[in-house]
Amino acid sequence: MFKLEPRAAPSVWMSWMSPLLAVLLTALCGAILFAAVGKDPVASLGVFFFEPIKDLRGWSEVGVKVAPLLLISVGLAICFRANIFNIGAEGQFVLGAIASGATVLAFDSGENGGFWLITLGLLAGMAGGMLWAAIVAWLRDRFNANEILVSLMLVYVAQLLLSYLVHGVLMDPDGFSFPQSKMFSDGFLLPIILPGTRLHLGMLLAVAAALLGWLYLSRSFSGFKLQVGGMAPRAARYAGFSARGSLWISLLVSGALAGLAGACEVMGPIGQLTPSVSPGYGFAAIIVAFVGRLHPVGVVFSSFVMALFYIGGELSQSRLGMPSAITGVFQGILLFSLLACDVLIHYKLTWRK
Amino acid sequence: MTTRLALQQITKRYPSVVANDGVDLSVQPGEIHAILGENGAGKSTLMKIIYGAVKPDGGRVLWNGEEISVANPSAARALGIAMVFQHFSLFDTLTVAENIALGLPSDTRLGELERRIADTARQYGLELEPQRHVHTLSVGECQRVEIVRALLARPQLLILDEPTSVLTPQAVEKLFDTLRRLAAEGCSILYISHKLDEIRALCHTCTVMRAGKVTGVCDPRQETEASLSRLMIGAEPPAIRHQQRQPGAALLQVRGLSLPKSHPFATELRDIGFELRGGEILGVAGVSGNGQQELLAALSGEDPRAAADAILLDGVPVGRRNAAWRRAHGLGFVPEERLGRGAVPDLSLAHNMLLSHQTGATVGHGMVRFGAIADMAAAIIARFNVKAGGPQAVAGSLSGGNLQKYIVGREVTRNPKVLLVAQPTWGVDVGAAAQIRAELVALRDAGCALLVISEELDELFEISDRLMVIAKGRMSPSIATAEASLDLIGQWMSGLWGAPARRQGGAHVQA
Repeated sequence: MFKLEPRAAPSVWMSWMSPLLAVLLTALCGAILFAAVGKDPVASLGVFFFEPIKDLRGWSEVGVKVAPLLLISVGLAICFRANIFNIGAEGQFVLGAIASGATVLAFDSGENGGFWLITLGLLAGMAGGMLWAAIVAWLRDRFNANEILVSLMLVYVAQLLLSYLVHGVLMDPDGFSFPQSKMFSDGFLLPIILPGTRLHLGMLLAVAAALLGWLYLSRSFSGFKLQVGGMAPRAARYAGFSARGSLWISLLVSGALAGLAGACEVMGPIGQLTPSVSPGYGFAAIIVAFVGRLHPVGVVFSSFVMALFYIGGELSQSRLGMPSAITGVFQGILLFSLLACDVLIHYKLTWRK
Repeated sequence: MTTRLALQQITKRYPSVVANDGVDLSVQPGEIHAILGENGAGKSTLMKIIYGAVKPDGGRVLWNGEEISVANPSAARALGIAMVFQHFSLFDTLTVAENIALGLPSDTRLGELERRIADTARQYGLELEPQRHVHTLSVGECQRVEIVRALLARPQLLILDEPTSVLTPQAVEKLFDTLRRLAAEGCSILYISHKLDEIRALCHTCTVMRAGKVTGVCDPRQETEASLSRLMIGAEPPAIRHQQRQPGAALLQVRGLSLPKSHPFATELRDIGFELRGGEILGVAGVSGNGQQELLAALSGEDPRAAADAILLDGVPVGRRNAAWRRAHGLGFVPEERLGRGAVPDLSLAHNMLLSHQTGATVGHGMVRFGAIADMAAAIIARFNVKAGGPQAVAGSLSGGNLQKYIVGREVTRNPKVLLVAQPTWGVDVGAAAQIRAELVALRDAGCALLVISEELDELFEISDRLMVIAKGRMSPSIATAEASLDLIGQWMSGLWGAPARRQGGAHVQA
């Protein structure tokens, strides 16, 4: 029988290398998978890891995917460090999209827009995400309801709410009854930061969020209190750090960032409200946060890897004829490999009779 | 008569330390053999080797004259070696008999087992009711369950690890009677302790260890405490000067403090009242689990459920304030658990400063002043002689004694008006313990009011000006240490302080 025995001193070096190892293992598993369905594994992996970044246009498309993933995962890193398991970022993302989309539609007259109205749209998105996360925080605070379940179930509520709205009050009156809003005017779309590509302001906001998140967690007293509450709740009580404060701060911050990501998507690449504004960014960002070691700078790199998987998945559908589930398969293998690496760093496998 | 157990040149190396370095030990049948040493001297490793939990790197183990290699604890039990650990492994929600049945073959009949438990208990003078649930037992009774569990296997060698740390003086005497009776029947006993008086009262032979080596084998009955102490630590701890002084103003007043249980196995606090003055140390004795945890949580602010005016800090009602508020208003607290409560194991010593130092010196504009906390941590490491890699060493990498010195240092350097201390020297070696006590006394002399809760009566008698006892969630009256006796305190520890005979009158007692 195999047995896991704790290691006396887990290697610090290996625990930093484990995300890299996990990416390599994912590539290896991917190669085996491609070979098993009769594709050339080397060429197929090339489609995943090199095709998307072979030119500037490719890089910019990766950036378009990095922006929402990074925004959400910075918030989740803060949340998870406080030991608050908000896994409903997808729902907060959708609410952000709804709130900013509705705001834009309310103000959009065709000719207006500009800095202040765009800012208003983004702030509305943040408020929407925060509201959705606040429901989770309130239920946990008031009734001690499990935040994992509540936040997850609210994802489906948010998706149905979006579907209801784009089939109803937010539907484009001249859109032949297609369930989508009218296209936003140019004055309400986020500025493009790299001419000739789709890379928009959201990327800069995401990098700023990562820097601020890093500053908050590693330099501020509030961030310190939050992490003590996550690492050692009794030490937090001893120090007099408020557990309720940590709960509210972490959920509101992560909700706001997920909402901002949603706003950037509808006011950026999508340009309107549709029933499916997210290809699962909110869930993928959970993996991104853990692969990035819950570190706001680490998640910059892991969101890049995750963005590669998204684009590689799309490319392998058209180039290799793989099904669209390939992106989810790669995401799953990545998370599984990371968890396996972490277990083997902290434990060793021994054979016992 | 063959030697029951002989160890020859036992060596065990760990990556950073040699835990046992050529240790010899021989135990005769019917002998009560003490293993004396400071924390970290290698006593526990040696016992684990005998009990099969750790494999030695070198040396021989002879059992009744034959060389053996003990593969694991169940092999040790099969040989006739039993061990009673310092920390009990009992399930609160099961009865005594059910707990004991857990370690036995599954076809054991509970009724018959209950009879055997009762028989064994009676034979050795251990009062025990097999049908009672463990959560209703006192700590002393839990220990009896563990001892009876060990004795049911009819061992030839019984190992006891610091067995008296949880007992009242009367219960210690009872335990000693049991052990003497066992030894008279031929069972050998290995008695691990650092309490010199107990070893001199109980043991026939004493093996002293220091830093993994045997520093002496003697007959403790022929030795003085000073000579044993010299063998153990290489020097005598400095004595504490007692200074007669007039206590100052009442800095902490507790009146009619009652708190219901916060969970089913907690102790309810009932009508607790006392007064703590500047410049005095009030020692609170008691068997663990009688409300010490609950009282400290209520006083420190970790449990802010008390009525506001049940606790007055420097005259201000604080019963509902949280720990940070009380700390900002002059309260300090050294909790019993160092890792996870007094310090965060995964954070550096410098970061751990922030748990109790939250002023303009450490936090400015919401940002942590890293230079300042590192300097403060380095100053504590230097002043309190903490053995650590530096301010950036993580708290979890320190030994228990060094972390305790650090935490005490952290609280002392805040110059609190009132300092609550739980188990100041629990698991700390003799040298560090003496240093910690001296710091507490120095703080008292500087005018601080100290409340020290400890299970070590010697310690309380040594440093306290007044003593109180907590039992079953109630507080006894207080008595000046000079007028208290071990007998009286022991009697109070059982909750019997009804008779007003020895009560200290006047200002100290809340009517």
